[in-house]
Amino acid sequence: MIDFKSGQELLKLCDENHWKISQVMRQRECDMGEADAEQIQDRMENVLDTMKISAYTPLRNPVKSMGGLIGGEAKRLETHHLKGQDICGNVLGSAVTYAMAVLEVNASMGIIVAAPTAGSAGVVPGLLLSLEHQYHLSRQEMTDGLFNAGAVGYLAMRNATVAGAVGGCQAEVGVAAAMAASAAVELMGGTPGQCLDAASVVLMNMLGLACDPVGGLVEYPCQNRNAAGVANALVAAELALSGIRQWISFDEMLASMYRVGKKMPYELRETALGGCAATPFGCRFCGKEHRS
Amino acid sequence: MSFISVFDVLGPKMVGPSSSHTAGACAIAGLAQKMCSGRLKKVEFTLYGSFAKTHEGHGTDQALLGGIMGFATDDIRIRDSLSIARERGLEFVFKVNTEETDIHPNTVDIRMISDSGQEMTVRGESLGGGKVRIARIDQVEVDFTGEYNAVIVIQQDRPGVAAHITRILSEADVNIAFMRIFRESKGEKAYTIVESDNRLPGDIKGKLLENPLVEDVMIVQNGQGGGSDD
Repeated sequence: MIDFKSGQELLKLCDENHWKISQVMRQRECDMGEADAEQIQDRMENVLDTMKISAYTPLRNPVKSMGGLIGGEAKRLETHHLKGQDICGNVLGSAVTYAMAVLEVNASMGIIVAAPTAGSAGVVPGLLLSLEHQYHLSRQEMTDGLFNAGAVGYLAMRNATVAGAVGGCQAEVGVAAAMAASAAVELMGGTPGQCLDAASVVLMNMLGLACDPVGGLVEYPCQNRNAAGVANALVAAELALSGIRQWISFDEMLASMYRVGKKMPYELRETALGGCAATPFGCRFCGKEHRS
Repeated sequence: MSFISVFDVLGPKMVGPSSSHTAGACAIAGLAQKMCSGRLKKVEFTLYGSFAKTHEGHGTDQALLGGIMGFATDDIRIRDSLSIARERGLEFVFKVNTEETDIHPNTVDIRMISDSGQEMTVRGESLGGGKVRIARIDQVEVDFTGEYNAVIVIQQDRPGVAAHITRILSEADVNIAFMRIFRESKGEKAYTIVESDNRLPGDIKGKLLENPLVEDVMIVQNGQGGGSDD
C-alpha cells in the first residue's frame, strides 16, 4: 500500500522507488482508492478535458458573471497578445489568460473543476495548459502534471486547509499555485525535491493573503488573484529548476501557512467584511449582500 | 481520517461559482430528494447564515432546485432549474432566515411535500469543497454525509429494532461501515442510519418494514455529484 502523510514521506517514496511524484500519487490512488491504473487515467483525462473547455470557451464567447463584476477579461488579454502588445511573454501571458478565463466561466455558472476550490480553479489549468502549448506536451504528460498537483493539494487538505473561510486566500489560490508550481517543475524535468521546493516558495510568497471577495461573490478580486497565482507559480518553478534550494521545506511552510491562516482576523476570511470588500467600492455591494 | 482522493483535490467537477454555495447546495438537495418517497409536489427552502446573505450571487437557489430535481453538481441544467421546475409543475418557495445565527453558516432546511401529501423536512449543511452533511430529519438531529450508501430506518424507540436491522442486512450480505441511532426522546421516534461501502440491494426495504416497529425506510445510494460514473 502506497500512502504518505507529509512531503517528507512523499520524497522518501520517490527516492526509494525512483519514482516521480505523479507516479507515487497514481499508485496511492490505485491502492487507497481501490481503482486500477486505467480507471484513474480515464477519470483524470475527464478532469483535463473539462479544464480545457473552461479555459478556452471565454476566448470565443465572453460571458458576464452572475454578480456583474467580471466578464470578458480573458478575451481582452488574448486580443492584447495577438496585437503583440503583451509584456509577459508566451508562457506567462497564456497562463494568465486561461486562469482568468476559468474564473469567468465559474462566475457565470459554467462547468469547472475545483482545483482545489472553485475560487482558485484557474491556476492549475492556466499554467499547465500554457505549458502544453509551448512545449507540446502529450496527454500522458498533462495527466502526470495533474497527479503531481494533486499530491501537493492532498497534503494541503490533509495537513492544513484549502478553505478561504478557514485560512484566507493564501490557502485557496496559494495552495492552487503551489500545486501548479510543483506540476510545472516535474513536467520541465525537475526532481521531486525541486517540485516541493517550488511549492514551498509559492506558499512563502503568498503567505498572509486575505480572502476578501467584494459582495461575498467569487469574482473580484478572485479572478485577479488567480492570475497572480499563476505568476507566483511560474516564478517559483523557475527558481527550483535553476537549482536554487530552499531552507524551509514544503511541510514547514504548509504548517506556517496554516498557523498564519488561523491567526487571520475573521474579517479577512471570506466574510466580505474586510480588505477589498471593505473599500468604498466594495461597500457599494454590502447592501446588495444583505438584500433578500 | 477518511481517504482524500486525488479527485477530491481536483474536483468536484461542478457548475460554478462556489463549491460550498452552489455545488454543496445542489448536493444537499440531491440527498434530500433521495430521502423523500413518492413524487415531489412542492418544496420549500429556508436559507440560513451565509446562504441567506449571498445566495443570489452564488446561484444557490438554482443549485438547490436543480438538486431537488436530481441534477448532479455538474449538470448545466442547474442554470435553468427555475424554469425547468415550473415546466414540470414543481412548486417551490425560497425563504431566508437571518434571525437564527447559532447555526452552521451554510445551512438550509428543505421541506418536501409529495403528491400523496407526505411531508418531510431535512436540514443540510454545506461544509466546503462540495462536502455536505445532513444534520436533521424532521425534528431529530442526525449526521450523515451521503458519501456512503445509506439506509435510514424510521422506527419506534423500542428494544429489538436494531437487532432486526442488523439481521436483515447481514442476510443480504451488506457490510456495515457505520451504524448510529438517533432519537427525539426516550420511547418515541428514532432514526437508525446505517452506512455501507456496498450498493444496497433494493429488496431490503420490504424486509425491514416487516417489523411493525419500523415506520419507514429510505435507501440513499451514493453517486450524487462529481460527474463520475461510479
